[in-house]
Amino acid sequence: MSWVEYLKPLLQGAWVTIELAALSTVLGAFVSFAAGIGRVSANWLIRGIAITFIETFRGTPLLVKLFWFYFAMPIAGQAIGLDLRLPPVEAGVVALGLNIGAYGGEVVRGAIEAVRPAQYEAATALNFTRRQALWTVILPQAIPEMMPSFGNLAVQNLKDTALASLISLGDMAFRAEQIRNYTQDSTTVYTMILFMYFGIALVLAGLMRLLERAVSRWQRAGT
Amino acid sequence: MLFGMSWDTDHGELAFALSILPILLRGMVVTIEASIAGFVIALVFGLVLAVLKGARSPFISFPARFVAEFFRDTPLLVQLFFLYYVLADYGIILPAFLTGALALGVQYSAYIAEVYRGGIEAVPHGQHEASHALDLSPVRTFTHIILPQAIPRVIPALGNYLASIMKDVPVLSVVTVLEMVNVAKIIGDQTFDYLVPLSMVGALYLVLSLVASVLVNLLDRSLPKTGLPLR
Repeated sequence: MSWVEYLKPLLQGAWVTIELAALSTVLGAFVSFAAGIGRVSANWLIRGIAITFIETFRGTPLLVKLFWFYFAMPIAGQAIGLDLRLPPVEAGVVALGLNIGAYGGEVVRGAIEAVRPAQYEAATALNFTRRQALWTVILPQAIPEMMPSFGNLAVQNLKDTALASLISLGDMAFRAEQIRNYTQDSTTVYTMILFMYFGIALVLAGLMRLLERAVSRWQRAGT
Repeated sequence: MLFGMSWDTDHGELAFALSILPILLRGMVVTIEASIAGFVIALVFGLVLAVLKGARSPFISFPARFVAEFFRDTPLLVQLFFLYYVLADYGIILPAFLTGALALGVQYSAYIAEVYRGGIEAVPHGQHEASHALDLSPVRTFTHIILPQAIPRVIPALGNYLASIMKDVPVLSVVTVLEMVNVAKIIGDQTFDYLVPLSMVGALYLVLSLVASVLVNLLDRSLPKTGLPLR
């Protein structure tokens, strides 16, 4: 078999990798904002839950979380009489999304806290409620600050999807392993997917930079 | 049966958890050893990359920048498989532990090169000018003026990367390194109880991460901000 014949299965795997990365990044974005805003909430219960979530998910390896959602959660579900069995794709998206969301939560918190206190004071003086101040004053200034870190996290998440091959998900790394088992031609197949991951990462970084430019207009000149 | 220790599945969950704790702790030793080995390799490779990236000639700095970007944008798992299978094809057969440490070192060298560069660039420009005015040689300026001020800025960031490396060690389980997660997975495979060992590994990792972050904080506070005397 020559390298051209590897392309078809690898491209099928690349599609799974892209789907997995896209779904978990979107989930991760929602989780980031929920955790980051919860982290600065005035309500101690919400704050406590957000802190516990962020610290737990940042403090444990991704592989433990993947295995936990795939192998351990069904057993936990059995114990309380629920069917918590997840197919590999769902388990992968949930583990990856919550993982990157916990890191993103710290980014959101940092950006919110970096907005100058005068902005909060002005919003209070104009009689904005806390929620209005957050959505109309604070977040539009904080989001452009988050974008460079979000770009790095998106690439990080793309690389992390390779670990999902270990819960028998047919992504690019999984296909490569199959081809290697079949042909023993490890140099060709691993060189190919290294460059394929690199290419996808460059495209993703470019997309994140476009998004960064799109939201940067929320920051007025001189602020 | 693992590391010569067996587990107890007959006396309930608690007895099971207690019986596998020493086995997991034995795996934790491997985890810590692999983190330190990978970190040391990353420190050395990172230094090489940082020096090459900063070279004046674009024929050196451009390829170095490409290599660093490539190391950083490709998954650790694939780099590890590459080293494990491809090196063997060319007759270089390394033990799994060493291959794993090498992969961790390669992946993190790209990040650590940036840390070095940032630390050196953060030293104010006036320090270079003052050294020049005092007629210090470039080598002496670097070793006696710049490095002592750069090191305290760099150490906390390096500590954080050591903690990240620790959380990436489980990837080494795919090449049969018996670190903590692999140990838990094997126990799960044999007892059909994944919940207890995997949850315990999660908790042990939380403890490790907490200890690491406390140590980094302590180190950060105890380092003199004005510079570290290197004599």
